[in-house]
Amino acid sequence: MTLKAEALPRSDKRSANKKSGGYLFKSGVKRWTVSIVRGLLVFGLCFMIIQPMLTRFGTSLMQEKDLYDSTIVLLPRNVTLENYSIVFDLTNFPRSLINTAWTSLIVSILQVIACTLVGYGFARYEFPLKRFWFACVVLTIVVPPQTIATPLYMYFRYFDIFGIFKTFNGEPLNLLSNLTPYLLMSATCMGLKDGLYIYMLRQYFKGIPKSLEEAAYVDGCSTLRTFTTIMLPDALPTVLSCFLFSFVWQWTDLFYTRNFISKTMVVYSTELSSILTRMSRYFSQDAEKAIIVPPARQQQLVSIGVLICCIPLVILYIFTQRTFVESIAMSGSKE
Amino acid sequence: MSRKKRDRNERWSLSESVSALIPINENYDTMRSRNARTGVLFVLPFILGFLIFMLKPMIQSVWMSLNKVVLVPGQGYQLTWNNFENYKYAMGVDPYFNQYLVEEVGRMAVNAIATLVLAFVVAVILNQKFKGRTVARAIFFLPVILASGVLPGVESQLTYNMLQGVSDEIAAQSGINISGALQDLLMVSGVGSGVFDVLFQMIDAIYDIVMASGIQIIVFLSGLSAISPSLYEAADVEGCTAWEAFWKITFPMVSPLLLVNAIYTIIDFFMKNNNKVMEWINTQFTRTRYGESTAESWIYFGVALAFIGIASFIINRVVKQYDT
Repeated sequence: MTLKAEALPRSDKRSANKKSGGYLFKSGVKRWTVSIVRGLLVFGLCFMIIQPMLTRFGTSLMQEKDLYDSTIVLLPRNVTLENYSIVFDLTNFPRSLINTAWTSLIVSILQVIACTLVGYGFARYEFPLKRFWFACVVLTIVVPPQTIATPLYMYFRYFDIFGIFKTFNGEPLNLLSNLTPYLLMSATCMGLKDGLYIYMLRQYFKGIPKSLEEAAYVDGCSTLRTFTTIMLPDALPTVLSCFLFSFVWQWTDLFYTRNFISKTMVVYSTELSSILTRMSRYFSQDAEKAIIVPPARQQQLVSIGVLICCIPLVILYIFTQRTFVESIAMSGSKE
Repeated sequence: MSRKKRDRNERWSLSESVSALIPINENYDTMRSRNARTGVLFVLPFILGFLIFMLKPMIQSVWMSLNKVVLVPGQGYQLTWNNFENYKYAMGVDPYFNQYLVEEVGRMAVNAIATLVLAFVVAVILNQKFKGRTVARAIFFLPVILASGVLPGVESQLTYNMLQGVSDEIAAQSGINISGALQDLLMVSGVGSGVFDVLFQMIDAIYDIVMASGIQIIVFLSGLSAISPSLYEAADVEGCTAWEAFWKITFPMVSPLLLVNAIYTIIDFFMKNNNKVMEWINTQFTRTRYGESTAESWIYFGVALAFIGIASFIINRVVKQYDT
């Protein structure tokens, strides 16, 4: 700790400074410089993160003519909500977002349950080939899902177990018409970024002292009960933060959603990704030929789409940011 | 856990590991094999998932990348061996793949280093005590949401679609080209060289870099907050300056996390939706060039793996210096 001279009255401060040979003054100056530089840096970077959102929000309320008026930068002159209703039309708004919400919820709950179990297994038990299987966990993080997309797609498109369905129905099942494939994958830790959650949870479980469980076993507690009543409550913050991660990433995910969910229902992320193509069609409804939507207008509408996608997540984040930040900070440190 | 101890714990003889996995086995029903069985039960979801939804498709996909893939309506696809034709196509015929790959790898190398440095600096700052720290932490972590999945992709798609002039105009307005004036100045005075170009590339990409460093900041922060303050106190008493304390205490204590972060950064960058190679592979896929697209994604994966290897080799050597 550095000495603090603020508490002293001014005359005492001066004499204390003289006595310390200028040390107090120097350290005071140093502290001030550090905090000013730090303040500027933090403010600048924070502003950079927030600014696009603010700009998006500002432009989202503008009428089209405001976009071309160079005297208008951030605040709209003619406020309108009409843009929002256009984007709602373009993205099938309430339905697609609701679908996204509940699918994300189910998927992330499944993912987290599976990953917690697996993470606990890796952290606590010794079994043959354990290190090999853990290497496989790391492999799932590293292999891009694109590489296995085609075979997986085919597998679910012509799903069959030892030709059973083919003999009964005449042709293999098409599982892609419902959510089963993705739910199966989530329940077996093969969903979006599941390897990462396993890794995080394993790190956390490894940090809990073993004596806690041993005490429970000595008192005659079964394995499953020890897990649910002793380990889980302890790990709840980490489990919760994994859940939040998977919820958020599932919400905005495009790849798995496009392959496994969007075939059955409208989901927001796929709607958003194809908003541009739909935009020109939307505006040329009345006209004979396709209209090129002006770039500024395109940007405005896309921004609104992005905003709609973000706002629920940001609200969720504001309420849970402590869990997000603090629990990761805890889980990482216990190597 | 020391190396020796771990080896003793995990050495399973063949007969033992087989017997440990047989459900009821009176001869071998030891505590150890019972534990092993429970462990396997816990990990079973992963093992099943890995075998069915990962290993099998992976093998198939490697096989597919070596074959000509023709879709047969109603039955799936037909494969015919074609002597690495897909790989030859990816490396020699495809006009964009090589170009995008080189471009993205270059960008990745610069951005990954910048991300790590930035994340480390920000984490050091956020670890100090100051007013509004909670808010600052919350904001720095916001990119995890704002830069995930479809979101960055949509916006970049937008800039591709625009006419070149218009997008330049908008770039100038939205201040993406921050360093232009300074760059011109340095060019005129004759300082501009390759090093500066890289530096300016970093500065211009600062928004992308900040948006990509949410997780890394948190990981570093976790390492930093685990350092005991008494270390710094002792160093201060001994007359250590803040600069020395940083290099002698902070950096060595956090350097193990460097590897985790570097790997995460590289993977994250390689798998972004707004990555040109990724986009190109997806385009190939939608054009029903299945064989070619899988071959390309395996090449891409190989490059990513090579980078992870190089990064971990370098970082391991750096970390080892401190690991005494």
